[in-house]
Amino acid sequence: MSGHNESILREPLITGQNITYAKITDDILTPVENKPNRAWWIGFIASLCGATLWVVAVSYTFWFGIGAWGLNKTVGWAWDITGFVWWVGIGHAGTLISAVLLLFRQNWRNSINRSAEAMTIFAVICAATYVVSHMGRPWLAYWVLPLPNQFGSLWVNFNSPLVWDMFAISTYFSVSLLFWYTGLLPDIATIRDRATGLRRKIYTIFSFGWNGNVKTWQRFETVSLVLAGISTPLVLSVHTIVSMDFATSVIPGWHTTIFPPYFVAGAIFSGFAMVLTLLLIARKVLGLENYITMFHIESMNKIIILTGSIVGVAYLTEFFIAWYSGSEYETYAFVNRSTGPYWWAYWMMMTCNVISPQLLWFKKIRLSITATWILSIVVNIGMWFERFVIIVTSLHRDYLPSSWAMFYPTWVDVSVFVGSIGVFFTLFLLFLRVLPSIAIAEVKMILKSSSEQEKLKQIKSGHLDKAQVKEYIESLEKFDSVKQEEYAKI
Amino acid sequence: MSNIKYILGSFGDPDDLMHGIEKLQENNVSIYDVYTPMPIHGIEAKLGIKRSRLDVLAFFCAITGTMSAFALIYLTSVVDWRNNIGGKPAFALPDFIPIMFELTILFCAFGLVGAYYASTHLFPGRSPRVMDLRATNDRFIIAVDAKQNAEHSKIDGLLKEAGAIEVKHNERKYISYE
Repeated sequence: MSGHNESILREPLITGQNITYAKITDDILTPVENKPNRAWWIGFIASLCGATLWVVAVSYTFWFGIGAWGLNKTVGWAWDITGFVWWVGIGHAGTLISAVLLLFRQNWRNSINRSAEAMTIFAVICAATYVVSHMGRPWLAYWVLPLPNQFGSLWVNFNSPLVWDMFAISTYFSVSLLFWYTGLLPDIATIRDRATGLRRKIYTIFSFGWNGNVKTWQRFETVSLVLAGISTPLVLSVHTIVSMDFATSVIPGWHTTIFPPYFVAGAIFSGFAMVLTLLLIARKVLGLENYITMFHIESMNKIIILTGSIVGVAYLTEFFIAWYSGSEYETYAFVNRSTGPYWWAYWMMMTCNVISPQLLWFKKIRLSITATWILSIVVNIGMWFERFVIIVTSLHRDYLPSSWAMFYPTWVDVSVFVGSIGVFFTLFLLFLRVLPSIAIAEVKMILKSSSEQEKLKQIKSGHLDKAQVKEYIESLEKFDSVKQEEYAKI
Repeated sequence: MSNIKYILGSFGDPDDLMHGIEKLQENNVSIYDVYTPMPIHGIEAKLGIKRSRLDVLAFFCAITGTMSAFALIYLTSVVDWRNNIGGKPAFALPDFIPIMFELTILFCAFGLVGAYYASTHLFPGRSPRVMDLRATNDRFIIAVDAKQNAEHSKIDGLLKEAGAIEVKHNERKYISYE
């Protein structure tokens, strides 16, 4: 299996000494096989309160209708679609990590893909609830499906991006779920074979009878690769289609061809920020420092700088094109965005998405857990404002100055949004308790090629280039989970 | 001795496992199956397992999805009920592409995963056929059918020699669950 060794220049993906296959299983299953600690209960109860608020606010909306929200004749879309796009965007990082990084053979994805995919699924659930609740008559939500019907002439309008969106989001959700669950089967089997009694019975049902024989694994790898191959264009298509909800309209500020790439970059940007928000805490609380290392954190920060800069370029391009197009309405939409009554939202977006992520160019900030965590929250706030700016500032001043208006959220708007965060965290915390938060089998795969202990063994055997070893040891300085004394001797 | 159904060589390291497979094959011992906690690359070639054709199936599922989507949209909005939307043509192929793409992916994913579950006999509630409970944790197991290969002590020796941590003689095929 390990006929050849990985280059010593590559940084280790698993740190710590005496890591065995059994230890990996034990470490990762600790939160699943033991009673939750206090930190979990506090988080869970807080999230549950949020989720309850969501139930109240959404029920209120269903009962009284969309009038419960702060929408008016001019601003017909506001916090609802902002929240929807925000959540869908957050979901994108999970698929990016599990699919795109698999195709590029980036092994560092192995220890973060499971929780990122879980995050995708929960984020898309939150997004889908917005779609349903903003419909006005949610009990007729099935009308978006192309069903043969007797109430008029109608099939759905297949030329409408909203119909495309329904197909995109439901495909995205179900394919992500399949991908995630198939990857979970071997790990559920691991829990099953260590459990007893009722737990074993439950995990038996959910493990689908997995036994890990050669053929099962061989097909498993084929399936993973094909699913990764189709999920890659899928994830790009989803946010492309979400952006077309806006871009195919004729509203100044929305009607631009730059939207698809700009939305996709923004989605990856916000998704990675959310992955960091969650994993930096999970890593600490669950004691997974050896598997989610500083290398992982730094790599994600680099993706955040890249996508954040793409988003920044998109903002500037949009502005330039608004002027260069010579269309006065387009120009006005952008001048109004940055200097009109919503200037604060625009500059909030600019600061959080374009300016502050640039701090990650500094190695010190990129490698500081506190700074990274704070920046990840800042990015999430910025991306929410981006969607708010695009939606509300483009709508609130239309062609008829007499109908110009402002949008003021009601308590229901705020509660639906805050509540959806509660729903998301409730689901995520439950996931941490019942399923392994790291793909056990996939981490085991890289133990013999990319772990710190293997590399140390290679160094000790002494056939390596001295300069390369020196560089490798220097690269270990950033790891908070590496014992440096071991290397001081070499 | 005659009650033994399977001989299991339990290895702690994938390289030793590969070594064990080689040893057994050199001595013409047929291997029933190998159970591992993670995929091991190169093992299929060693055991002579043909490459999976699921990727071919995935392609055909995908094509079915593309055509179903086209058929659905064409038959509803061009044949069955044309709508005049701003005077635009009913047969607007570019507008069909997003849904055709999404259904391509959807059919491909469901067809592929469905076929995978069916061919590997995975479904909710299926009782797991496990020979060694540590095969999903930290052990790499070679199973040899004891009825077909008579020289049990020789097999034990070969497995031990290759680095097996323990060799088990199972009197039941699957030890798991009642």
